[in-house]
Amino acid sequence: MQVTVAHLKRGQRGIITDVSSIHIPLKLLEMGCLPGNFVELVQLAHFSDPMYLNINGTHLAIRKETALHILIEIL
Amino acid sequence: MSKQINVALIGNPNTGKTSVFNALTGLNQKVGNYPGITVEKKEGICKLPRGVKAHIIDLPGTYSLNASSLDENVVIELLLNKNDKDFPDVAVVVSDVENLKRNLLLFTQIKDLEIPTILVINMADRMSYKGITLDIPYLEEHLNTKIALVSTRKKNGITELKELITNYKELSTAPCMNASAIDPEYFLNLQKAFPNQLLYKLWLVITQDVNFGKTDRNEIDAVAEFKTKSKADLKRLQQKETIKRYQFINNTLKEGQTIDLNTAKDLRIKLDRILTHKIWGYVIFFLILLTIFQAIYDWSSVPMDFIDSSFAALSEWTKNSLPAGAFTSLLAEGIIPGLGGIVIFIPQIAFLFLFISVLEESGYMSRVVFLMDRGMRRFGLSGKSVVPLISGTACAIPAIMATRNIESWKERLITILVTPFTTCSARLPVYLIIISLVIPDGRFLGLGYQAMTLMLLYLIGFGAALVSAMLLNKILKIKSKTFFVVEMPNYKLPLFKNVVLTVIEKTKSFVFGAGKIILAISIVLWFLASYGPGEEFNNAEEIIKTEYADQNLSAEEIHEHVASQKLEHSFLGITGHAIEPAIRPLGYDWKIGIALVSSFAAREVFVGTLATIYSVGSDDEETIKNRMAGEVNPILGGPLFTFASGISLLLFYAFAMQCMSTLAIVQRETNSWKWPLLQLVIMSAFAYIIALIAFQLLK
Repeated sequence: MQVTVAHLKRGQRGIITDVSSIHIPLKLLEMGCLPGNFVELVQLAHFSDPMYLNINGTHLAIRKETALHILIEIL
Repeated sequence: MSKQINVALIGNPNTGKTSVFNALTGLNQKVGNYPGITVEKKEGICKLPRGVKAHIIDLPGTYSLNASSLDENVVIELLLNKNDKDFPDVAVVVSDVENLKRNLLLFTQIKDLEIPTILVINMADRMSYKGITLDIPYLEEHLNTKIALVSTRKKNGITELKELITNYKELSTAPCMNASAIDPEYFLNLQKAFPNQLLYKLWLVITQDVNFGKTDRNEIDAVAEFKTKSKADLKRLQQKETIKRYQFINNTLKEGQTIDLNTAKDLRIKLDRILTHKIWGYVIFFLILLTIFQAIYDWSSVPMDFIDSSFAALSEWTKNSLPAGAFTSLLAEGIIPGLGGIVIFIPQIAFLFLFISVLEESGYMSRVVFLMDRGMRRFGLSGKSVVPLISGTACAIPAIMATRNIESWKERLITILVTPFTTCSARLPVYLIIISLVIPDGRFLGLGYQAMTLMLLYLIGFGAALVSAMLLNKILKIKSKTFFVVEMPNYKLPLFKNVVLTVIEKTKSFVFGAGKIILAISIVLWFLASYGPGEEFNNAEEIIKTEYADQNLSAEEIHEHVASQKLEHSFLGITGHAIEPAIRPLGYDWKIGIALVSSFAAREVFVGTLATIYSVGSDDEETIKNRMAGEVNPILGGPLFTFASGISLLLFYAFAMQCMSTLAIVQRETNSWKWPLLQLVIMSAFAYIIALIAFQLLK
C-alpha cells in the first residue's frame, strides 16, 4: 500500500516522495508541496478532514481527498 | 515638477503588505476599483527624500504569478503591460521573515520579468524570537537586489525603504533564473519565433488560462501556435519550473539564512492546540460570536441615544430658527430626519467592522475556515464560505467579492446565492428599532432579552443561508473540480493602525454609499408626503374644522388632525393605501408599507423613511422611537407595533432580498441576470409567507 499524507498521525513527520500533478493544484506545489520537502501533521479537524499541515515551513490546511495524492515516506 | 515614481507593492497574503502600505502612505490613500471589474484598488502617495513623490499601488496578495483568481490576475496583468499608466518603475516585494523560502518564489518570478525589484523582509522583530539570522549582504548579492529589513510593528526600516525607492535606478534588473532551463528545446523555438520578447513573459502568457482581461491580446494570439503542448504537459512544466525555483531559493538560503531551532519559540502550536480543538475550538468560536453581538448591542447604545436625541433637537431648532416655508420644512422634516436615520447606526457598524478586521488580522479567521470546512461541505459549501458568511454580517457586497478564493465554482456559486441571507449591517437599524419597541427590557443569566433576540435573528440568517445552500446543492447540477488549500498564518496581535484605517474606510463608504440613497429617498418622500391631489388634501383645514366644529378643540389638536388628514391624502398616503391590502395580513399599516417599498432600494432606508413620514406635519421634538411607539393600529386599535407585527416585520427583513447593490454585484460576479433575479423573487416571496404565518399565529 502506498503511504500518503492522509496516513500521518498527529505530530508525525514525513518526506514527500511524489505528487501526482494531475490531482494537485499548482497553488499547492507553489506553497512547497514538492518531492524532497518535509511534511508534518499539526492538527486534524472532525473525521480527520481537513488536515492542518506544516509543509516545508508553510502552515496550511487541505482536504483529505487531496492529501491522498501526496506520497510520502514516514520518518 | 518632478516625476512621480510608480511603485507596486506585491506579496503573498499574510505578509503584512498592507501594513507596509499604511506605513508608507499614512492617510494619503484611496480605495477604488479597477476599471470594469470589482477588484479593490488601493493606491496612495508617499513623500520620499529630496522632494520626490511616489505613487504606490497595493496589489492584491498572491502566492505566485500563475493567477487562479480575478484578484491575482490584476497583478499579472499590470506587470505584463508596459503601457499601463500604473506600470511600476519599481516593484516592492513584501515577504515575511518566518516564511522567506515560500515568499521568495514570487520574488524570483518578478525578478525574471526584469523589473527593478526591492525585497522587503517584514516582521523583522520576530527574528530573534524565532532564532533566525540573515546574512543580508550575501542575500542581496545572490538575489541581485536591495533588501529592506522592516518591522511595521516597531516602525523600523521604513526610512531605509523610502531611500531605496528613491534610488530605484541603481537596482539590477538581472533575472534570477534562466527560463530556458524549464525545457530548453521548447524555449529555443519560442525564442526563435519571438526574438524581441522576454522568454519568461511569453511563458506566462502561454500558461495563463485564466485571462479575464485584455493583457496584450495580440501577443497571446500570436503565440497561440505554441499552445500545441497539452494542458497536462504545460502543468508538468510549471511543476518543473517551481522545483527549479525552489532549488535556487534553497541554495541561496542555505548560506544566507540560519535558523536556530533551539531558541525558536512557537506560540502557534500552543494556541492551535486549543483554538482548533475538536470541541474547544467550536466552543470558543461560539463564545466569540456571542461576545460580538452582546458588545454591538450594549456598547453602542449610549452614542446611539445621543445621536438620536441630537438629530431630533437639530430638526426642532431648524424649524424654529429659520423662516417658515417649504425649504425649512423640507430641511427639518425631510433631510434632517432622513440623515439621522443613517448617522445613528455609525457606532454599531464601526463596532462590527472592528471585530471583523480584528478576526482577520489576528489570523483567527483561517482557523475558523479549518474548523468549519467539513461541516460546511455537508451543505455544499466550503470552509472558505465562512468568511463571506461572517463578513456578510457587515455587508453582502464585499462578502460576495470575498468568495473569489473559493476554488470550486459550484461551492462558490452557492455561497454567492446564500450570502444575502446573513444579517448585514443594513438590517441592523431595522432590527434594533423594532426590537427596542416590542421586546421587553429584562435580563436572563446576564444576557439582555433584546440582545438575545438580536443574536437569534443572526442565527436565523445563518440558518436560512445553510438550509438554502443544502437545497441548492441538491438542485444545481454543476460538475466542477473541488480542491481546497488554505494557509494557516501565524497569530499576530492586530496592528492598531491597520484596524483603525479599515474601520474608518469601511464605515465611511457605508455612510456615504447609503447616505446618498437615503438623502435622495427622504427628499422624494417629503415631496410626496407634503403635496397631494384633490379636495381632501388641499382643503384639509376646512374639512377638519367642519368635521370637528361641535367639539371644542384646542388649536394644537386641530393642527394635528389637519396634519394627519393631509398626510393620508397626500401622494404618499394614496400610494400607501393602495398597497395596504397586500400587507395588512402581515400586521402592517400603509406607512410601514411605504417604508417597505422604499426598502427595496436598500434596507437601511426603512428607519429614515418612517422618520420622514412621521415627522411631516408634527411639531414636537421627538425621537424616531417615541414616534413609532405612539403609532396606533388603524383597524385593531392599540399600538401598531405589537409583539406580533414586530416579529412579522423582523422576519420579513430577515429573509427578503432588499438591496439593489447586492443584486448588481451578484450579476457581475456570476455574469448572468438569472441568479440575481432568482434571489430577488424567491427570497422576497419566502419572506412574505413567513411574515404572514408569524403574524397570524402571534396576533
